[in-house]
Amino acid sequence: MANVLVVAELLEGKARKTTQSAITAAKQIAEGTGGSFDVLSIGDGAGAAAEELTGYGAGKVLKAEIPGGYTCEKYAATVAAAGKGYDVLVACASAFGKDLLPRVAAKLGAGVASDISAVHTEGGSLSYTRPMYAGNVFGTVAIKTDKQVVTVRQSEFGAAQESGGSSPVEEIAIQTDPAADKVEFLGVEVVKSERPDLSEADIVVAGGRALKSAENFTSIIEPLVDALGAAMGASRAACDAGYVAPELQVGQTGKVVAPKLYVAIGISGAIQHLAGMKGSKTIVAINKDKEAPIAQVADYFLVADLFEAVPALTEAVKKL
Amino acid sequence: MKILVPIKRVADPDNASKLKVSADGKSVTSEGLEWKMNPFDDWSLEAALRLTENAAEKNARVGEVVLISIGPNDEHTQRIIREGLAKGAERGILVDGQDVGLDSDIVASVLKAVVDKESPDLVVMGKQAADGDSNVAGTKLAEKLGWPIINYAMKIKTNDDGKTLEVQRELDTGVATVKVTGPAVLTTSDRILQPGSVKNGVTPDDHQYAKLEVGGRYASLKGIMQAKKKPIDQMSLGDLGVDTTKALSYTKFELPPARSGETTFVEDVAELVDKLHNTAKVI
Ligand SMILES: Cc1cc2nc3c(=O)[nH]c(=O)nc-3n(C[C@H](O)[C@H](O)[C@H](O)COP(=O)(O)OP(=O)(O)OC[C@H]3O[C@@H](n4cnc5c(N)ncnc54)[C@H](O)[C@@H]3O)c2cc1C
Ligand SMILES: Nc1ncnc2c1ncn2[C@@H]1O[C@H](COP(=O)(O)O)[C@@H](O)[C@H]1O
Repeated sequence: MANVLVVAELLEGKARKTTQSAITAAKQIAEGTGGSFDVLSIGDGAGAAAEELTGYGAGKVLKAEIPGGYTCEKYAATVAAAGKGYDVLVACASAFGKDLLPRVAAKLGAGVASDISAVHTEGGSLSYTRPMYAGNVFGTVAIKTDKQVVTVRQSEFGAAQESGGSSPVEEIAIQTDPAADKVEFLGVEVVKSERPDLSEADIVVAGGRALKSAENFTSIIEPLVDALGAAMGASRAACDAGYVAPELQVGQTGKVVAPKLYVAIGISGAIQHLAGMKGSKTIVAINKDKEAPIAQVADYFLVADLFEAVPALTEAVKKL
Repeated sequence: MKILVPIKRVADPDNASKLKVSADGKSVTSEGLEWKMNPFDDWSLEAALRLTENAAEKNARVGEVVLISIGPNDEHTQRIIREGLAKGAERGILVDGQDVGLDSDIVASVLKAVVDKESPDLVVMGKQAADGDSNVAGTKLAEKLGWPIINYAMKIKTNDDGKTLEVQRELDTGVATVKVTGPAVLTTSDRILQPGSVKNGVTPDDHQYAKLEVGGRYASLKGIMQAKKKPIDQMSLGDLGVDTTKALSYTKFELPPARSGETTFVEDVAELVDKLHNTAKVI
């Protein structure tokens, strides 16, 4: 029997969707082992976010209000103290979860299975599948320590739906960590977009180095993105060149996405890019070079100059 | 300033699709693949070198970079350490250990033991090893040391003595800026290779590095010659007295299922739209 604590991720006082993926994983672990799960809402605005999280069937929702910006050191001791009462701690493998949970794990003497894509509970014993080697090998791993810490790949765990009911909210004490004094939070620039979030969108349209400029992203890629109601993504080369913001990077070091439709435009399909999108249901490549490695994963491949094909595609989509 | 940079040797990540799994599913075999420096560590090495040089004066070092690799004490691990020495690091440490005997937890313990001996001002490391893709060792190390962890550094600015740093961290929702008092552990993001990513108080403020596309700098011929004479300390896990009980146990490895279906090469935009609308039904 494994009792699970989900560490919620807050952004500007609200739970991010990543939290619902972590809840899905927690439910699988709890149900598969006959345990239960609770949720911890921690950070600036944790109280209000805790209320938001009472409808997902958790035993209770813990809240720890910590004002000001996030630093790992400000949160870890409180999460670890709360985690003492649980067998498994779960968060999403977002920049937040991957930053915070290993520190919590070290405080608890726990092993970490990061970025898991599946939970196994056969015979009541827990193990996890993890993509390794940029998604070229899947490993099944068990955590041998008393407590287990896992971060979950958002694209592999659908968002939990509200199930009615109302979990009680309980305030917990804040623990301090001497290391927290060494890090002063100076600010955060949150990127806002009217478009769907890259990690949650049904359709992703991504552009690569071939776009050649930020202006071309605006004039060529964005109209197609908007015509499809899609999220915009990019290769590392496009992000590095400053054509688009780094948060849009898809791949081993960027976001891992698995939408219904992924359109790769002027992207060669390097192994590190494929790591972030080859789980997509339908993949389209638009590329001048029919030998580009993206062909290994593409369902449909249009060999064409993107500067002609993409505007034409946008017009055709608008007519549907 | 003294910086410790952990570097791991990994099976060539650009050819990871050629990896195989043993018949019993118990191990991953990388036969035929070259051993390379973990590319993420190549980036952190680049950051550490920039933090410890006056880039405006060729080869003017203003600090020390010590490399540490835990891996089999063989020609491959040694070659990878030499590669880092040729890029500019001053010394290397090789801790003999087999990959199957390691996990991020043990690595963090080994690194802690080395930090205790070496007392660096910073540990700058890759966010993940490109084989296990765990992204855990840096943060665990920081906690074991009681130091702060600054993950995903994309820009680093140090004051003159290097004791405090202003770091921009790449998040998946934007960019956070923090001021850190060392000693600390940092991990780096891809963006650390950008021309203006590191400012160290010695290199003139307006200095811009050459644009690096893939990894850190190349070694110069002179660097390669000098590296041959630089020391590599060799030690065992036992010498460092770390607990080598693994926290993780892998029971099975498998290759991902191949994508079903062939690639359909469409003639034109009209055919593409038709296929997406009527066959795949995704638009
Ligand atoms: C450790 C590591 C991690 C990495 N992580 C990531 C990651 O997370 N995400 C990522 O994307 N990359 C990552 N990379 C980089 C990756 O290896 C590639 O360098 C990068 O993906 C290439 O981007 P690209 O496909 O846009 O550019 P290129 O490889 O240069 O490809 C451009 C493509 O556009 C095509 N093209 C050119 N002109 C036109 C035109 N007019 N019309 C149509 N097609 C055209 C070309 O045929 C080519 O196929 C990583 C690398 C390393 C070493
Ligand atoms: N065997 C090793 N030797 C040296 N450094 C390592 C080793 N394994 C991991 N590291 C360091 O820890 C970082 C994160 O590794 P991981 O948590 O395993 O993904 C890597 O980028 C390296 O800097």
